Amino acid sequence: MKLSLKPQETFRDDYTFSNSDEAILRFPFPFPEDSYMYSVNMEPHVRGGASPVYNAMFDIDEHYVGDMADRAITLDQDPLRCQVLPHMETAEWDTLELLMENLANDYPEHFSLTKNDDEWHWINRPLDIDQKFTFGREETLPFGPFEYITRQVQGDFSLQDQRDNNLYMDGGMVTSQADWSLNFDVGMSFHEWHGPVPLAHESGVFDRALQYLLRMQCGKPVRRLNWTMTANPRLDTSPENYPLWGPEKAAITPENVGHRMCLRVELQTLYRLPRSNAILFSIRGYLIRLEELAKVKKWAVRMHRVIRDLHPRIAEYKGLPRYRQYVVDYFAPHDDGRVLNAGIGPEQDGI
Amino acid sequence: MKLKIEAAGQLTSGIRKFTLAPVDGAVLPRAGAGSHVVLEIPGPNRVWKNAYSITSAADALAYEIMVRRVEKSRGGSAWLHEHAKVGDVLEVYPPQNLFAPQRKAKRHLLLSAGIGITPFLSYLKLPGLAYEMHHCCKPEDETAFRTLLPSGPEATLHTSRNTLNLEALLKRQKLDTHLSVCGPESFMDVVLATAAHVGWPAAKVHKESFGGATGGEPFVAHLKRSGVKVNVGREESLLDAMEAAGLTPPCLCRGGACGECKLTVLDGVPAHHDHYLSETERAANNAIMICVSRAKTPELVLDF
Ligand SMILES: Cc1cc2nc3c(=O)[nH]c(=O)nc-3n(C[C@H](O)[C@H](O)[C@H](O)COP(=O)(O)OP(=O)(O)OC[C@H]3O[C@@H](n4cnc5c(N)ncnc54)[C@H](O)[C@@H]3O)c2cc1C
Ligand code: HEM
Ligand code: FES
Repeated sequence: MKLSLKPQETFRDDYTFSNSDEAILRFPFPFPEDSYMYSVNMEPHVRGGASPVYNAMFDIDEHYVGDMADRAITLDQDPLRCQVLPHMETAEWDTLELLMENLANDYPEHFSLTKNDDEWHWINRPLDIDQKFTFGREETLPFGPFEYITRQVQGDFSLQDQRDNNLYMDGGMVTSQADWSLNFDVGMSFHEWHGPVPLAHESGVFDRALQYLLRMQCGKPVRRLNWTMTANPRLDTSPENYPLWGPEKAAITPENVGHRMCLRVELQTLYRLPRSNAILFSIRGYLIRLEELAKVKKWAVRMHRVIRDLHPRIAEYKGLPRYRQYVVDYFAPHDDGRVLNAGIGPEQDGI
Repeated sequence: MKLKIEAAGQLTSGIRKFTLAPVDGAVLPRAGAGSHVVLEIPGPNRVWKNAYSITSAADALAYEIMVRRVEKSRGGSAWLHEHAKVGDVLEVYPPQNLFAPQRKAKRHLLLSAGIGITPFLSYLKLPGLAYEMHHCCKPEDETAFRTLLPSGPEATLHTSRNTLNLEALLKRQKLDTHLSVCGPESFMDVVLATAAHVGWPAAKVHKESFGGATGGEPFVAHLKRSGVKVNVGREESLLDAMEAAGLTPPCLCRGGACGECKLTVLDGVPAHHDHYLSETERAANNAIMICVSRAKTPELVLDF
């Protein structure tokens, strides 16, 4: 897969992050219809499909270098963003293998993996890493295997152990989350960590989703999209750092909403891991400023309708109420009442 | 995927073991402890699909399995004993795991009988597993099973029920011990009943059942949405009959364990033979696991 990487951008302070036209057009817009409600919106994670971000097993994009630098800063300030419980050691190696194999396979010009029995050689060219190590021997790597590899792959990750007919979040690398905390959730069961989510418990979404995941098979990953909104292209919107990003949210005005406000989409993919039988959950986040989104007509029109009609409890859970009206007003002039096709594609070739 | 029978040999008079290796150097998917593969077995008139636990380690270059010849087998195990030979190439579905070890447990108590030893053979290959194992077998099979188990005090063979005092064994286990059991239904029933009797917490026990393929009276399955009526014969499962009729119902383990093949019953009364539905679901009679369960009424109407 051809992929050109940008030089390092920032996701904090001066926020130099921006999307190229190509990045805008490949953005995984999350609304196939004019309205949104929670559902078990899961499908097999096979290559191809409604969005180009589905073309690789783990999508790497132009923001890779800056994204990884931002993770390193966050980890430096708060090492608890990466935690794995001791019984998940096998799952750590499973994760390392899955990520290395797929990156090398999907992006051979950037990553390479050579194996000679347990002696492995990993090359990550964009981050200038050349590492020889022994698979299964933690002391041959500079970090634990899970931390080592997830410092090199975009998106947050969590590791779920399966036991007693439930899933437990027994590990993770979480530096770009939409206001939830690994340190708080670690060790919790599926329904426990989903505790704060409104409406979905009552409608049985979580019961059904759990049953589905418990039966997930090796080699048959699944995916779903989730979304929220963030003031400024900030990756780290953690509860721990609310004092940093809360005020930025409060500073949104009708004048700056188009530039500062971002739609934040998570491509969530789930993989059954072979040795450990654990489940790896990847939360691959994409950010787009509203002014960038508005360059795609279909998305601008649909965005207006979805945010305008969003269920108040979902809006509240996602932290939207303070600026929801600004967003609606921003997109309203784009909505000429046209009928939109179902589906998430941009339906235009250029910007 | 296609796998070749690389080696085959008799373990006991009733159990044959096989080594299945990839054809032309393909990479074998890893199979964690407790996994099984489903083999397509070419019968004279039809293909059988049977699950077999993988007894080799996760990173082995070939899968090893052991197959017990089921008495009165009308299907796969007889073929594997009588016809399968080195060099044969079989269609094999990638490994799945319904019996992974409980990784949070500090210690494992593994109890098996007969062919139920197979999933535990992969457990024993986990580095550093703290366990105590007891395996029950017929006296004439003792020598063969002995070769499969480590020689230390952690594994004990029993050739008579009297030497395994379940109640005492369970009572002397430390907290943080997880009990795993696999073997004939009657064996697992006794173990689970004893565990319940001594107050063993239900969350600290799990079992793997190889499915009780018993056959039974023929019946008709009316698949409402497909608009098809399928005759299910005495010697085939509802799942097999549906597949033979060209339908593709969901399924995975084909042994009543995974839950994948559950269908809604609209009319008629199912005869449950699975290990998946809860007592309440069974009693409600509005769901059926089509891989093993049958009908008590001449016709079942299903939502498919
Ligand atoms: C997870 C799992 C792991 C297993 N691991 C092992 C192992 O390691 N070693 C081992 O020897 N066995 C194992 N088994 C059992 C194995 O899959 C076969 O069931 C066994 O070998 C008997 O197959 P058979 O075709 O010879 O026998 P039969 O019992 O005669 O079955 C013949 C056929 O009858 C049909 N049938 C099944 N159920 C019914 C029913 N209720 N009514 C009518 N027809 C039915 C099926 O088409 C079946 O193929 C495992 C099973 C499971 C589910
Ligand atoms: C193992 C897999 C999963 C993990 C680790 C996970 C984790 C989380 C976490 C941490 C949250 C935030 C909760 C909070 O506010 O504190 C969340 C929210 C949510 N999850 Fe999951 N989840 C998983 C699978 C699923 C699945 C399969 C569904 C399918 C329906 C789902 C639906 C949701 C929904 C609807 C929300 C609310 C999101 C929002 O409105 O922004 N999750 N999840
Ligand atoms: S296929 Fe697994 S329970 Fe029926």
